[in-house]
Amino acid sequence: MGDKILKKAELQDVLRALKRTYEVFVPVKENDFYSFKPLMDEEKVDLSFTNTRLSPKPLVLPQSERMFEFTLDEKSEDAHIVKESPKDYPPRIIAGVRPCDAKALRLLQVNFDNPEFKDPWWVKRRESMTLIGLGCSQPCSACFCTSVGCGPFNEEGLDILLFDLGECLLARTLTEKGERLLQLGGMDTDADSGLKKSADEVKTKAEKKISSHVPTDKLREKNVNDLFDAPFWDDVAFACINCGTCTFLCPTCWCFDIQDEVIRGEGDRIRNWDSCMFPLFTLHASGHNPRAQKVQRIRQRFMHKLKYYVDKYSNGVACVGCGRCVKHCPVNIDIREVFNLMNEL
Amino acid sequence: MVGYIDRIGAIAKRILEEETVDLLIGFKKGTLPMTTEPVLIRDAAETDQLYWDSFCFINLANYLPKREEKIGIIAKGCDLRNIAVHIVENQIKREQLYIIGVPCKGMVDRRKILSFLCGKEVREVTESDREIIVRGEGFEHTLKKGDYLQDNCIRCMHRNPVIYDALAGDLVEERKDPDPYDDVRDIEAMGSEEKWQFFSNLIRDCTRCYACRNACPLCYCPTCFVDESDPQWVGKSIDPTDTMTFHILRAYHCAGRCTDCGACEQACPVDIKVRSFTRKLNKDALDLYGHEAGLSAEERPPLDTYRPDDYEAFIR
Repeated sequence: MGDKILKKAELQDVLRALKRTYEVFVPVKENDFYSFKPLMDEEKVDLSFTNTRLSPKPLVLPQSERMFEFTLDEKSEDAHIVKESPKDYPPRIIAGVRPCDAKALRLLQVNFDNPEFKDPWWVKRRESMTLIGLGCSQPCSACFCTSVGCGPFNEEGLDILLFDLGECLLARTLTEKGERLLQLGGMDTDADSGLKKSADEVKTKAEKKISSHVPTDKLREKNVNDLFDAPFWDDVAFACINCGTCTFLCPTCWCFDIQDEVIRGEGDRIRNWDSCMFPLFTLHASGHNPRAQKVQRIRQRFMHKLKYYVDKYSNGVACVGCGRCVKHCPVNIDIREVFNLMNEL
Repeated sequence: MVGYIDRIGAIAKRILEEETVDLLIGFKKGTLPMTTEPVLIRDAAETDQLYWDSFCFINLANYLPKREEKIGIIAKGCDLRNIAVHIVENQIKREQLYIIGVPCKGMVDRRKILSFLCGKEVREVTESDREIIVRGEGFEHTLKKGDYLQDNCIRCMHRNPVIYDALAGDLVEERKDPDPYDDVRDIEAMGSEEKWQFFSNLIRDCTRCYACRNACPLCYCPTCFVDESDPQWVGKSIDPTDTMTFHILRAYHCAGRCTDCGACEQACPVDIKVRSFTRKLNKDALDLYGHEAGLSAEERPPLDTYRPDDYEAFIR
């Protein structure tokens, strides 16, 4: 494993060549924002994005996923038998993933792929993916990745990390998967020590550019009930309109709901993203709702990310500092301020 | 618009000190350029955080329904019309409110500015009466506000507050544009198939986050039809049929009540022009019933009114 070098313009030739073996996803700009979409033949790979509006989360945890199928037709011998829906897991390359989003996949793994439980679809999809990261040379002012165990050139979860050196890209191989991909793509020019030094400089410069910092050091030692009963929740919650923007844009939010949909006796069991911001999220069959008020729901979101997760997994906070919720919350509820409130209580 | 801040602050301070109101709902400055955050203030000493600029797109009428206190509220022309709708629909009482009306020259659409900058990050924004100065690393642009207004503000015919107790500034001149619905006419001219395609494309990126619904003051139902689980009216997936059902029903629930404040569109995290649904219904309410929502706190919306002289025979 090592550092290879390629001209910027060559990246799309490499990715196109790899389409023979992989499905290739890249950030594509449509309607003024970027999302991960399949690379089309005539499309130029555009590396000028800050980050995609939605994270790559849906590629591993689709917003709606058919899990099982069944029939209610009594005449069928399979009546009421729930069968796994056919699925395929083609090898995929996701190129242009920001390091924060790759780290987020690591956090999702805690839930979907752990010694106790393995979500077969999540695991297979994740395994079939090769992630080509693109370091953040121009982090934006809402990003605070370096405060939450990540960084603009963090390597966790990635197979290859690209450094933008102006004319060319330095590709750092991080895993065997990445190695194989570089070979297949014919990227075989070694980076010399001068270029490696430039890559280090780009990284150091980017880390220094992160202007937003949040404190996390005292979250672990705080008493969970003190935080739960903290006086600031009403103020934090007032502006909240209880939409799902923060949770759906968040690369680490993993909650889902399972629904049966039946049309004329034929049914699907579907897993959909859910959001702790929605009243239905906790509604009991009895009609009782333990989180009937928005203040309870918004508290849950922050307590989960910044306290329950911290206590349960000893793995830091459930936030990678990507800044999406900060930038897109329609009422400017800023998680960085909540970090401050909770850590300094 | 920033010129209103001092007057808003002074009025807010006075009504809290004199106990005319128990609390005040306004805006404070956001943590990023071009953002603002709705804030609730109970103490006159805290009124110095009140803020106003051309990015106060959230409709504060959204925070009123079912509140019992005496409330001071800051509202633009369109927001005020929503307050009037709330009063008509018994969501709040006029005598509970002290309304600080904001004569509005239009809200600036931050997404249009971001689009102009093609991904370059805005670090600082300042505004004067007609201009917005946008600064970032290595650039500074002076933009004409008029070129970056929200789509609803471009066509707004009611910039001044209709009911108020105090004003944040002098009344502004209303526009005399005769055709506020030129864009709707373009859609009306499409064939059925083309229309279906247009609306299907429009909502293609919808994530069902419900930001449009939740930013809307009209959506105050205790349980929205999409959140009903027994029976469940709409599927929860992003199946295009369910997503379309949500958008069409949401729009119909707003028929004759929508003031085109644009909060839905501004709140959408994936830039869907959701007003394309509601505006046709606004136009119909005007064409069929001569009704524009919220112009008075007495007139009920056309779709919950019975009149013996209704022009439709089936209802007479």
